[in-house]
Amino acid sequence: MSIDEQEVARIAELARLEIPAGDKAKVAAQLSSVLEFVATLGQLDLSGCEPTAFAPAEAPLRADEPDSRRLTPELATAAAPECEAHFFLVPPIVENVNP
Amino acid sequence: MTNSLWKLSAIALAARVHRGEVSPETAVEAGWEGPAREWESDVHAVVHSNREARFAGAQAVDRQGPLAGVPVLVKDNLCTIDYPTTCCSRILAGYRAPYDATVITRLRASGAVVVGKGNMDEFAMGSSTEHSCYGPTRNPFDLARVPGGSSGGPAAAVAYGLVPVSLGSDTGGSVRQPAAFCGVFGLKPTYGRLSRYGLVAFGSSLDQVGVFARHAGDVALTFAALAGPDPYDATSRPSPAPDVSAWDTGVQGLRFGWPANLWAAGVDPVLVEALERSAAALERAGATRVPFEFLPGEYGVAAYYLVATAEASSNLARFDGVRYGHRSADAADVRALYTNTRSEGFGPEVQRRILLGTYALSSGYYDAYYHKAQQARTRIRHAYAQAFTRCDFMLLPATPSLAFRLGEKTANPLAMYLSDIFTIGANLAGIPGLTVPTGLSELGLPSAVQLLGPEDSEPVLLRAGRTLEVNGDLTRLSRDHPVEFEWPTRR
Repeated sequence: MSIDEQEVARIAELARLEIPAGDKAKVAAQLSSVLEFVATLGQLDLSGCEPTAFAPAEAPLRADEPDSRRLTPELATAAAPECEAHFFLVPPIVENVNP
Repeated sequence: MTNSLWKLSAIALAARVHRGEVSPETAVEAGWEGPAREWESDVHAVVHSNREARFAGAQAVDRQGPLAGVPVLVKDNLCTIDYPTTCCSRILAGYRAPYDATVITRLRASGAVVVGKGNMDEFAMGSSTEHSCYGPTRNPFDLARVPGGSSGGPAAAVAYGLVPVSLGSDTGGSVRQPAAFCGVFGLKPTYGRLSRYGLVAFGSSLDQVGVFARHAGDVALTFAALAGPDPYDATSRPSPAPDVSAWDTGVQGLRFGWPANLWAAGVDPVLVEALERSAAALERAGATRVPFEFLPGEYGVAAYYLVATAEASSNLARFDGVRYGHRSADAADVRALYTNTRSEGFGPEVQRRILLGTYALSSGYYDAYYHKAQQARTRIRHAYAQAFTRCDFMLLPATPSLAFRLGEKTANPLAMYLSDIFTIGANLAGIPGLTVPTGLSELGLPSAVQLLGPEDSEPVLLRAGRTLEVNGDLTRLSRDHPVEFEWPTRR
């Protein structure tokens, strides 16, 4: 399976990344070579193999317990590049309808 | 006195602190004094540290703790209150976590002092520590070569004698491979035995915190201090961790697997010879060799680079310039903020893996890639389970080659990925693995072997590791042996 530049652009859009036009061919070739290698999985007999998502847990997930540790709003927003009154600030999400 | 303290094992150093012969402040600074400065400027193992924080840490030490006064360097993807946590990525430049990872809390509770953060491949994606926004770490045994990765900084720091113990993380071999290149022990525990709370996630079903040390006993001491259930990590195992205190009791009566088909081709002859020597040492100490064929490692690499990248593409979605780290100055709307922040902040290898993972999870490709990789993971797990019905642990290479040169594999991602061919299987299966150093080659580069065992076999792996440390000489197994032999440092 090989990936072309158009496909690279499509995946980059999904991943919220911008690949410079001059790099797309190189990225496409690198991803293609990995996918070609990954195709070796086709040689394995996987009949009857259920998918493993996690290494087997010895017990089902435990019930949640109340947490005595508290992250204050001050601490939670302390590392934000921009915040105001403990809210994270972002650029406009919708167009300004009332300029 | 200070000048030789840096050579001590963690066990010996803590014993001196317990007896009041050495203060924690002196113990912690021992590795940083004198020639260490020159070593560090050449090797570049450390990315965040300062004397004030080290001193404050030393003053707070529990002087009777099992790791009293032991300085520990930790990988830069483990959250620490007192140092930045950046995963060596521009996207987390200057970030300080508001809490300590559970393993850091437990280190401190054991009397250890976190002396700084170790260099790594950005977000733990790499096998050479060349993909760090702070520049590469170099191998202390040959500065033209890589220390391995992604935990290259913590591995190299233990190798040249800055600290006796360090912590890394191992998603596909990122502790065991650099341990092999740097000539130190490196343990990847059973999945779920060391808490992942506060470990910045890469591949959540594969990630595990690991331990570097120069002696098997120091690995055991540190594992015992860190392992166990954690209510903050839903994937941590609820049962008590296995007891590793018998690490010095040898391998009498144990069976070790010998899957020689794995190194029939493509493995450096120096490493094949190290395997033969190690097998002979284990046999001298009373273990039995059980030859069998095992599933070739290529399948593991193929499954891994789908599972790990899929999980990474999801985990790294949180880095968007809103809550922490870098934020693009150039964004007219929120969508541009995400795209510009991520494109500016992530390095090329991280972007490549996010793209690969996004592709494997995207509509129309999910079954062909991600689902199939998860099925292959089951097949690989079964292969290990079957092997461990015939033996107590397996002996195999940790890496196909000795430490390679800087720049040798950066242009070819697939070649870099294949340097993890012997380590990846353990992550897919969730089993523990231990890299054991076996001396220096004619080139002066460290060689090593790897031991793999079933879940919770850390006690067996450490007994075997200690047996190899003393080259199968049963009279030297004791932890009380008067002369702890020296590791081959060039410092």
